[in-house]
Amino acid sequence: MRYLPLLWAGLFRKKTRTILTLLSIVVAFTLFGLLQAVEVAFESGADAADAKRLLTTARYSIIEPLPMAYQRRIEQVPGVVGVAYADWFGAKYQNESNAFPVFAVDPTRYLDMYPEFTIAREQRDAFARTRTGAVAGKRLADRFGWRVGQKLPISSEIHPNTDGSLNWEFDLVGIIDADDPAVRGNTDMVLINVAYFDEARQSDRGKTGWYIVRIDDSTQARAISASIDTVFANSPDETKTQPEKEFAIGFAKQIGDIGALVTRVLLAVFFTILILTGNTMAQSIRERIPELAILKTLGFSDGKVTALVLAEAILLLVLGGAIGMGAAVAAMPALNGSTGGRFPPLFVGLETWLLAAAIAALVALIIGLPPALRANRLKIIDALSGH
Amino acid sequence: MRTLIQVLAITAMNLRNLPQRVGTSLVVVVGIAGVVGVLVSVLAMSEGFRHTLASTGRADRVILLRAGSDAELSSGVDRNQATLLAALPGVARDAAGRPEASAEMVAMVDLPRKGESNPNNVPFRGVQRAAFTIRDEARLLEGRRFEPGVREVMVGRKAAGQFAGLTVGSRIAFRDSDWTVVGIFASGGDVHESEIWADAEVAMSAFRRSGYQSVTARLADGSAAGLAAFRDAVARDPRFSINVLREPEYYAKQAGVLSTLINVLGYTVASFMAVGATFGALNCMYSAIASRQVEIATLRAIGFGGTPVVVSVVIEALLLALLGGAVGGTLAYLYCDGASLSTLNFSTFSQVGFDFRVTPGLLLRGLVWALVIGAAGGLPPAVRAARIPVTEALRTL
Repeated sequence: MRYLPLLWAGLFRKKTRTILTLLSIVVAFTLFGLLQAVEVAFESGADAADAKRLLTTARYSIIEPLPMAYQRRIEQVPGVVGVAYADWFGAKYQNESNAFPVFAVDPTRYLDMYPEFTIAREQRDAFARTRTGAVAGKRLADRFGWRVGQKLPISSEIHPNTDGSLNWEFDLVGIIDADDPAVRGNTDMVLINVAYFDEARQSDRGKTGWYIVRIDDSTQARAISASIDTVFANSPDETKTQPEKEFAIGFAKQIGDIGALVTRVLLAVFFTILILTGNTMAQSIRERIPELAILKTLGFSDGKVTALVLAEAILLLVLGGAIGMGAAVAAMPALNGSTGGRFPPLFVGLETWLLAAAIAALVALIIGLPPALRANRLKIIDALSGH
Repeated sequence: MRTLIQVLAITAMNLRNLPQRVGTSLVVVVGIAGVVGVLVSVLAMSEGFRHTLASTGRADRVILLRAGSDAELSSGVDRNQATLLAALPGVARDAAGRPEASAEMVAMVDLPRKGESNPNNVPFRGVQRAAFTIRDEARLLEGRRFEPGVREVMVGRKAAGQFAGLTVGSRIAFRDSDWTVVGIFASGGDVHESEIWADAEVAMSAFRRSGYQSVTARLADGSAAGLAAFRDAVARDPRFSINVLREPEYYAKQAGVLSTLINVLGYTVASFMAVGATFGALNCMYSAIASRQVEIATLRAIGFGGTPVVVSVVIEALLLALLGGAVGGTLAYLYCDGASLSTLNFSTFSQVGFDFRVTPGLLLRGLVWALVIGAAGGLPPAVRAARIPVTEALRTL
């Protein structure tokens, strides 16, 4: 700590150069923070998954419906402690297809299945009571300015209503939210009461989209999945059951390898930073060879001089990295506000901070070691006379 | 004229001693190559995706969906309606007098990518015989067409390339049925190359469907007037509640969300990198002029003007930027162009295969970015170079 002023003086010996280098590091880490947040958001489905939840879908494609009667039969499978289901409504709101997902659910069963969603007690009861009731995620409600108590006109692209039209209207009776930012993205939806929906729709009555199954022992997830699928094997509607996490990972993979894309971009970014800062460091040390020789003359050991040079590189990276990550964190609320539920919420988690620290340390070592070794091997006589 | 000669003289001198400053100059080149490489390759992805959808369909063909549905998957057209629609007078007829209309069923089947195990929504299309007359761009690359009434499929080139087990002769199991792959087809790089095609009747019985998703038809008169007349005929008929869309219009709309998303990503990332690269270029050019301070002052002392000094430094920065841009563009081209990938299109909830397309337009855009970064990084140091008082600079000698 005592050497901090010395380090600082060395670093800012040429102000413009150091500030420009620092700014490029800041930009690199801001980009790192943002891209990591995007990647985490894509994978947050898997992080938010509950190990005690399974998902049962139609065996050959998740879009094929399953009979609602399966609920009872799944409940009887040993190890199963709760069953809920959901059906895809195919919403069109203000003429935008799939502006948000709408699921037809049994209110109590569904909300019991997801204890991580928060909803006021009376709103929850109102949803269970109201046949035309609907609840919406808070981010969605904020985006569209919905208020509890209002009518919610939503069209379906798939299901005609009793009057043959595709227009539906629900009563917004509640708002759901989540405390954990990784879960909050899962509340970007509207839930409607299946009792009304199934009675009023013209086709696929008595069918639903998929089942969510709660089990008592997460270590038995595979075994219970297999026994559920066995129940329906060789029936007209065979099933495929898997742990929620596996389903979420599989679904994210359908989009493609976002992780690989982000990694490649960041490799390009940090390779550039490596060249840039490496060059600056080398240049800066080259200019200060006589100064380093004087430090050694004053009694600084070889090791200490080496450490000083290395510490300078670390200080540069830590400073740039911290400011950059700070900027990324600061940008999150604005970004989340502007996407308003179109995209899962972005946030910078602990893992991203740790990864940033590791990258900063690695870059500091790579760019600091060559000049540090040079400083280490420096002979006082040569350095002072070489000038 | 004199200024121009001076500019040339100083620039030539700068470039000649460039080899002594390889290290710092490399920073500019690498920094800008990074920006351009990332920009061009990400935009090439969105360009390829857009191109695939934009090249699907022809202007004289229409797709008929249930009114209110924007995608085939959510649409439904029952058997009677499909027959009546095909019989409308606006639909073209083949030599034998049969309507050139194909009522089609669309489902999804789960197939893993090659070397992976998790399922993907691959579109499965049941088509009628007329489909091959209407979509004459579809041609077999391998094998044969499916036989009517038999559980046989032909697979689009992109689907066969991306997903496991889709080679001629292999068998695939969907929905209590085994299907044999009998052919691989291409259709000009469009969306259908990501699909699996089978006989509509067989597919409907296997998937236990009672209706179709859409009807695709060729219009006898493909002009705007012909389309208007056909639309009118459909709208007037109380038996239908059907939306008529030109194929290109329908498919282009599907590209919207995803290609915008990729573009936003590409431009955002590239902008950040460009800011970083500009700082790098500034650094490099500042140190370049610092090392040449005496030289520049000497030039000024013997009568060279300030403008030629500024211009020559900027030219040097621009040349380095251009080199960086060219390197980045070339890397993007070598690394990405033609590479295939497949993603889930949110608009249709199904997999679409496409190729990265590094077009001349994109490369040009990359070079423009490079030059802008070069100018932004070169100008302030150039101005400083010209402003240093001659006496002061010479005293440092």
